[in-house]
Amino acid sequence: MEKEENYGKITRIAGPLVEANGMKGHKMYEVVKVGDLGLIGEIIKIIRDVASIQVYEDTSGLTPGERVEGTGHLLSVELGPGVLKSIYDGIQRPLELIKKKSGDFIARGINVPPIDKQKVWDFITKVKEGDNVEQGDIIGDVQETDLIVNKIMIPVGIEGKIENIYSGKHRVEDTVCVVRDKNNRLHDVKMMQIWPVREPRPYVRKLPPEIPLKTGQRIFDTAFPIAKGGTAAIPGPFGSGKTVSQHQLAKWCDAEVIVYVGCGERGNEMTEVLEEFPHLIDPYSGKPLMERTTMIANTSNMPVAAREASVYTGVTLAEYYRDMGYNTAMMADSTSRWAEAMREISGRLEEMPGEEGYPAYLASKVAAFYERAGMVEIFGKDGKNKNRISSVSVIGAVSPPGGDFSEPVTQNTLRVTRVFWALDARLAHRRHFPSINWMTSYSLYEKLPEWFNNNVNKNWVANRKKAMELMHKEAELQEIVQLVGKDALAEKEKMVLEITRLIREAILQQNAFDDVDSYCPLKKQYDMLYIILHLHDKLERCIANGNTIEEIFKKVEGLADIMTSRIARLKYSPLKEECDEGGRLKGKTKDKILGQIKDGSLKYFDDAYKDIFAVVEKIK
Amino acid sequence: MEDKIPKIPKEYNSVVEVKGPLIVVEGVKGVMYGEVADIKSGDGKILHGQVLDAMENLAVIQVFEGTSGLDTKNTSIKFLGETMKLDVNFDMLGRIFDGAGRPIDGKGPIIPEKRIDINGLPMNPSARQFPRDFVQTGISTIDGMNTLVRGQKLPIFSGSGLTHNRLAAQIAKQAKVLGEGESFAVVFAAMGITAEEAHFFKSEFESSGALQKIVMFQNLADDPAIERIITPRLALTTAEYLAFEKDMHILVILTDMTNYCNALREISAAREEVPGRRGYPGYMYTDLSTIYERAGRIIGKKGTVTQIPILTMPDDDITHPIPDLTGYITEGQIVLGRGLHMKGIYPPIDVLPCLSRLMNQGIGEGKTREDHKEVADQAYALYAEGRDLRDLVAVVGEEALSPRDKLVLTFANVFENEFVAQGYDDDRKIAGDMSHGLDTSTTLDKLWYLLSILPKNELIRIKEKTLQKYYPPEDKRWKPKDKEGVGQSGEALDMTIEG
Repeated sequence: MEKEENYGKITRIAGPLVEANGMKGHKMYEVVKVGDLGLIGEIIKIIRDVASIQVYEDTSGLTPGERVEGTGHLLSVELGPGVLKSIYDGIQRPLELIKKKSGDFIARGINVPPIDKQKVWDFITKVKEGDNVEQGDIIGDVQETDLIVNKIMIPVGIEGKIENIYSGKHRVEDTVCVVRDKNNRLHDVKMMQIWPVREPRPYVRKLPPEIPLKTGQRIFDTAFPIAKGGTAAIPGPFGSGKTVSQHQLAKWCDAEVIVYVGCGERGNEMTEVLEEFPHLIDPYSGKPLMERTTMIANTSNMPVAAREASVYTGVTLAEYYRDMGYNTAMMADSTSRWAEAMREISGRLEEMPGEEGYPAYLASKVAAFYERAGMVEIFGKDGKNKNRISSVSVIGAVSPPGGDFSEPVTQNTLRVTRVFWALDARLAHRRHFPSINWMTSYSLYEKLPEWFNNNVNKNWVANRKKAMELMHKEAELQEIVQLVGKDALAEKEKMVLEITRLIREAILQQNAFDDVDSYCPLKKQYDMLYIILHLHDKLERCIANGNTIEEIFKKVEGLADIMTSRIARLKYSPLKEECDEGGRLKGKTKDKILGQIKDGSLKYFDDAYKDIFAVVEKIK
Repeated sequence: MEDKIPKIPKEYNSVVEVKGPLIVVEGVKGVMYGEVADIKSGDGKILHGQVLDAMENLAVIQVFEGTSGLDTKNTSIKFLGETMKLDVNFDMLGRIFDGAGRPIDGKGPIIPEKRIDINGLPMNPSARQFPRDFVQTGISTIDGMNTLVRGQKLPIFSGSGLTHNRLAAQIAKQAKVLGEGESFAVVFAAMGITAEEAHFFKSEFESSGALQKIVMFQNLADDPAIERIITPRLALTTAEYLAFEKDMHILVILTDMTNYCNALREISAAREEVPGRRGYPGYMYTDLSTIYERAGRIIGKKGTVTQIPILTMPDDDITHPIPDLTGYITEGQIVLGRGLHMKGIYPPIDVLPCLSRLMNQGIGEGKTREDHKEVADQAYALYAEGRDLRDLVAVVGEEALSPRDKLVLTFANVFENEFVAQGYDDDRKIAGDMSHGLDTSTTLDKLWYLLSILPKNELIRIKEKTLQKYYPPEDKRWKPKDKEGVGQSGEALDMTIEG
């Protein structure tokens, strides 16, 4: 029986914003169905019985007088097995299913469940009847993908004794466990949970992030590392490589679960991830990267309000896997589009604009979003495992208009993120990729260098410091060169420029499209920097003894060769452990590497390194 | 798009406000958001409009032809009960329409096979197929350095007075996919360009015999400005129809997007919206994306939509909101440089700020040639370095350069004169047949020839193996000519190569 008074009526439509009256009793941020098509919207302002609703679909064709129906719940996501390997829109509608229903273009008013409710999963219990459980406790495992076990948790707010637990094959909405609480009430626990996206999922306490998120990218790991549970911002003008950097991180960082949010960006970029990830192999697990990834694609031409929701949807999914004990990482590309969506809605609400038309609450929204990252102690226990620690790392791309970092979104982001990777159009123009400016970028995670010292090489920090000093020296020298030419420099200074050129070409530049160089293990990163610094020390001593560079080049056979090309090409040499016995890169089907190593045009890293080292040692 | 039961058109005489391109009608009932309306002025003229804001008894309508001649007494409005649609038919090929989609070539109306909503629907990202098919435009700086692929949106950023129209016409004439004879057509949308420019395109297409393969939508400089809002959408609706229902490969040329954005700003200002940068509305990014994102390929469909929007950067400023927002949406950009144009170089493509994001997927073995990416990267790096050195020479003189730097400087000069510059009728192939050695009339081999200005071991972005195979043999290498400005250092150059 439908009760007519439960419906509101549309009174106004202006772009993505709809006003409706008769909405008394509906909550702020409640999800509503708008119009005869049942478009999905969310209440964002209430005055008496008039609600302002941001609609997540195109509003063309709506007419005042059509009805608005409340759903009673806040904008939420469904959490359970089946989230990984999916691709969703900004409000967690699976795009694959939408395609089945409406074809190649996204029609409106389509209602599809985020998680497949019919699929049967194998639930393996980890607790037994009579056990005491509390929120966050793992009661069983489901093999969600080849790589990730979905750990079924006691939902937030439930505590008690297990009355029944049902091992075996279940659908996500089946009751797999019944908990009797201390008031003798029974709670059905299902594999699926529902969680409102704008509310952070709870944890016991936050911990300082002290372990690096390894990325296999030299400019990140060696120069400006990010911690697990850390936050980073990548601002840059268009064409400077934000998206490639985000893709590289999603591919190679050592988080166990990746949530990739394409927020108001290009459709083809999402397609690229969809086509590429199932074929790429995770260097840490040896399984296809897609097995650990879930994607949210709200491209720029999809409705603007859903773009606003997409980052919250993404971070909630990340928190869900964090609560199972996984280190997760979320890439948001680009948070500027999210902020612009806020601006657009705010403008339609006729709110008083702040800086550059952005709403006054931009700063607090940005800060609150990044605060959902962190290294935390999570609730509950997994078998005997207590006080479990896991993390959500958030890496947000920022697209400042005209590449001007002084604009509000970049500034508000930099205030809350601890790592700043500044992309530079000038570097991009000369095809220096990743075009991250080493002079302006920074990482504020002070404990990370220690980790590298303890776990890779005790000289890690010292070498990094020395390299950065040289790069600063280069910047000074370049100014002089610009004024008076290279000839005016002393021999030692000319040598520094040669060395820094090597650092730029060999270390800072990394080829994302090369099978080998796309991912650079830490050991290789260390060795590559070491050989350059070692060369520097040798040359420095030699010059101090009164030799000119030209003399040294003449004396030491092979030196010119290693300095012009061989050191810079070291990056293309794979470590032996990266290859299988046949010399193929592990996990790749192509035998390019094998062929090149066989015909001698490419050497294994250790061999190439040894050859170069021998030449450097000849400098006396 | 979902069709509603057609309503009986209602007519109202209750216009209460006329301002800028907008009119406000009172006492309306059941007006849809986005509904189209016919507006009859007091003297019987019929104008066209669309609802921008629908309230219970009030509607704000943007009038495409402008509001001149409308009043609050005699104007009558008829709401047509549907959002804006376009009649499409395969016979649109070879036809010319005005900016609102009405035929202006005197060949009579289009018999609709279908009526399609001009706003389209967003393409489902999981239905997209990643563009990988190399399009040979015959222009070296595009094919070699910023490759266009089918389904890409690659704008041309130009400035007033530069040769973007010639370039666009040349691309339209020459573009082809190697080894295929599939059906190809151009949809051309002119927004606010002059009659002379429109004539140029028309006669160019005519002379190449391609007019039967072209659909033209023309909103000229003296046509109603607000109409420009719908012109690109009409063009893209036609393109999507031809591509995804008629299996054709469509190249869409949109010129000039700057005029489109200015029309958008005009409406925003009239609605008294909070302006974003330089007075453009805050939603311009979203609005532009609903145009640019309508390019691509779909899994299982033969046809494709490739877009080349042209825009003129006000004051050549690439950080101006129009090029800026465009660059954030499109898959790269081709930037024309005034400096090159002044030197008499055509096409004046300044490759440094240019980019094609889809290049890497469209080139390489089996598509163009295995060495493509490496040569392109190497040429980029050297040209960038050479340009820096040119600035340095201006300060300290050429004598202060090291022998290597002199070579790099030479490379930059020769690159501009021999590689960037090419004739309007020069349709360069991407690569020759290697079995006959270097063919320097082709794009890639020309690059190798220029790269041979530098000794082999200086080309560090190229892998050993590629160098072995492609680096020109001694007699095929570039040699300084006497007339070159760098001739005086020729001897020194030869010595360094030997050494």
